[in-house]
Amino acid sequence: MGKLRTLTRRTFLVGSTAVAGGVAFGIYRAKAPFENPNLAGLPEGAASFNPWVIIDAEKITLIAPHADKGQGVFSAQAAMIVEELDIELDQVEISFGTPDKAYMNGALTDAMVPFPQYDYGKVAEGARRFAGGVVRAALPIMGTGGSSAMPDSYDKLREAGAVARETLKAAASQQAGVPIEGLRTENGAVWLPDGTALTYTSLSAAAAQIEPVTNVTLRDPSQWRILGKPMERVDIVAKSTGTLPYGVDHKTDGMLFATVKVNPRQGGVLISHDATAALAMEGVVDVFEITGGISVVANNTWTAIQAANAITCEWGEATYPPEQDAHWTALSASFTDDRLNAEARNVGDVDAAPGAEVIAEYRSPYVAHAPLEPLNATILVSDDRVDVWTGHQLQMFAVDMVAKITGVDRDNVHLHNQFIGGSFGHRLEFDYLKQAAEIAMKMRGTPVKMTYSREEDFAHDFPRHITMGRGIGKHENGKVTALDVQIAGQSVMTSQMSRIGFSLPGPDTQLHEGAWDYPNLNLPNIRVRSYKETGLAPVSSWRSVGAAPNGFIYDTLLDETIHAAGADPLMERIRLMGHDVSVKVLETVGEMCGWNGHDLGAGRGRGVAYVFSFGVPVATVVEVTQTERGIRLDEVWVAADVGQVIDPVNLENLAQGGTLFGLGHAMNCEITYSDGMAQQSNYHAHESMRLYQAPKVNFTALENNPKIKGFGEPPVPPAAPALGNAIFAATGQRIRELPFNKHIDFV
Amino acid sequence: MQASFTVNGTVRSVDVPEDMPLLWILRDEIGLMGTKYGCGIAQCGACTVHLDGMAVRSCQVRAYELDGAEITTIEGLGTPEAQHPVQEAWIETQVAQCGYCQSGQIMQAASMLANNPNPSDDEIDAVMSGNLCRCGTYPRIREAIRLAIQKQGA
Ligand code: FES
Ligand code: FES
Repeated sequence: MGKLRTLTRRTFLVGSTAVAGGVAFGIYRAKAPFENPNLAGLPEGAASFNPWVIIDAEKITLIAPHADKGQGVFSAQAAMIVEELDIELDQVEISFGTPDKAYMNGALTDAMVPFPQYDYGKVAEGARRFAGGVVRAALPIMGTGGSSAMPDSYDKLREAGAVARETLKAAASQQAGVPIEGLRTENGAVWLPDGTALTYTSLSAAAAQIEPVTNVTLRDPSQWRILGKPMERVDIVAKSTGTLPYGVDHKTDGMLFATVKVNPRQGGVLISHDATAALAMEGVVDVFEITGGISVVANNTWTAIQAANAITCEWGEATYPPEQDAHWTALSASFTDDRLNAEARNVGDVDAAPGAEVIAEYRSPYVAHAPLEPLNATILVSDDRVDVWTGHQLQMFAVDMVAKITGVDRDNVHLHNQFIGGSFGHRLEFDYLKQAAEIAMKMRGTPVKMTYSREEDFAHDFPRHITMGRGIGKHENGKVTALDVQIAGQSVMTSQMSRIGFSLPGPDTQLHEGAWDYPNLNLPNIRVRSYKETGLAPVSSWRSVGAAPNGFIYDTLLDETIHAAGADPLMERIRLMGHDVSVKVLETVGEMCGWNGHDLGAGRGRGVAYVFSFGVPVATVVEVTQTERGIRLDEVWVAADVGQVIDPVNLENLAQGGTLFGLGHAMNCEITYSDGMAQQSNYHAHESMRLYQAPKVNFTALENNPKIKGFGEPPVPPAAPALGNAIFAATGQRIRELPFNKHIDFV
Repeated sequence: MQASFTVNGTVRSVDVPEDMPLLWILRDEIGLMGTKYGCGIAQCGACTVHLDGMAVRSCQVRAYELDGAEITTIEGLGTPEAQHPVQEAWIETQVAQCGYCQSGQIMQAASMLANNPNPSDDEIDAVMSGNLCRCGTYPRIREAIRLAIQKQGA
């Protein structure tokens, strides 16, 4: 890492550059995905190169800038490079790199344009390029979220590998006096016609001296050695032997341990506190106030948590209604013209459409992220620099936040991004980092590791936003004829962006995502409207964001209307779906489970659901049995189209995990407020799925989608409606409120 | 208080408050970071270690209970170079996503198989359900346990 830190942005003015003892490869400006006039005035190199491959005399280092929170992207990024570089994964070192605009995420903005992601037409693509350009110019984001790591990396990392390979060949050709056509690459070396191998590391100095070869052709997937096949994740051995250090495991000499106790009425102030008992505890080093609460610094984490528990505090009021009922009341009053967020879709005429009506109201609660690794950060404030060890998804903003609190120039704030023990969106937030920075400032010169207790994590989550849906479905002659969907929610984007100092420039698309872009293009009458509330609890992106609540609302209303029409839940969804890629997904899930209707006889039933999110159509079938003690989940089938499979094993793991995540939270998780505080304090009250409840999850990946898509989030949204639809099929009970265990038991 | 016990075959003496949990003694006093904190109240199983051969939640074992105990942590079960059969099975099945729960899952499974080399599906469900996996790797955990049973039988 020491060497990498010296590679400032300015170093990368060309496609390759000399670094101490070797060469670093990136991509030429000409390889930028678009030429946008807005970019003409950009400072040199600001958006045009991507330093990913660094070779010196000893070793080859690949930079994998996307944060790995379990989705396996650390491995996948490296695999994309080595595929073209003709080297094996175990011959390289992989690093998260240092936060830099050069690693900006080009795919994060794809969802910001008003075109559904299944629209690959000229206008939609043009808008995506333009949005990318504007955002790059104004606000380059190095970040991981929105299931964007795969689309962002796919071309540019393979190109980085190919550019490095061809340049190394050119260097070998010069050095050996052999024409380039006679050279081949394999196993980390350029091979001469006589069988001599020149290792990449031995060629690094020479490669640094020549003009890089940037005119490369990427290999067709049919020629791949590594990609598209099961691969052993590079972190799998460490993660199975307890040897992978996460942020919370960071150790450094002279380190102290801290925790915080912040007003559980989120956003409220600390009026007063009494730390007498805490200060008397053995091992407590210091207790002091930080923004909104207090911090304890101690000799170990346990003592810090014990001492924090022993402090009595008087807290100020919350910034939102103290009781949960008032949150629902506020949402139910939000379906008004002045709260209209967007009329996101309006085709045909839902009001005039013929047919009998199904009218329903749905509720999706606040839900906690609760990643198993508690939030933490170790920070050392020294005289002229700040070092931060933490796992964060928005690395550059993280640096800015710490720079602001410590008063140290951002160039001297060094973020060492760490492996992440789960996020589900919580590590897009900054509170814990800002608190750790305040503590480190006070403890200047001493590294301090700040760790949240699980109780603090539950008290201070910014949960999934609360949502209410109202719908009217119409049907006639056994067919669905219209869907009118209205969704009111606490605005997740307004809330989240306010904490990084931005106001949301326009409607919050997450309040209708997963509903407005549900591609049932054969349904003649559809209207999707969203309504925005901003006065409720602070909320944040929760794995799949708006698509989870909105998919539940939309697909359940559709299911209810199909049942009322007397049609088959799968066949009618296929009939309404005008989008070929999605039709195939539905047909596939039907074949996988041998679909033969939703009714499997007494007490047994199947539910199907479909949601399109992050560009990925996913269809899920859940089969349940009603037992004497409650609903049992028997088996699940999932089909999805990700465009291009990079690692089938990891993809299956994500499909299983994402589906169980969606099912588990739909079964039994919600955050509710009383006296302004979250009532759930630990996993016993917010359990999600446990092993005994986990059904078998069968998965099929399709590759008809025209672009590669990420899969960290898309399996989540269809899980809840599929389960609800299955419960209806088995019991006749239609549950319109999450979590389902408020209305039915599970075994 | 002074507590003296064995961790992964090495005798350790620590001077800690008598109610300090083993979890934090391992992590913050001894510096073995493979054992994880997830909940602190016996709800997640991330902190599972073996105490005299039994799987226990180390967040619930206090210093005063430790004198003379033999503790095995994930680091003592096997190493990247010399893996325990359960770890081999976990690696071959590629169970881990974020991996944070997996030390505890593996310690729980290894203790189950040591006591009962051929558990039924129901027994696996009963023993493994105290270990939470937020990433939802349960299907692969089941698969890996089946593979480990094969390996240990072989
Ligand atoms: S930390 Fe011990 S069971 Fe969760
Ligand atoms: S793998 Fe992430 S919690 Fe289990």
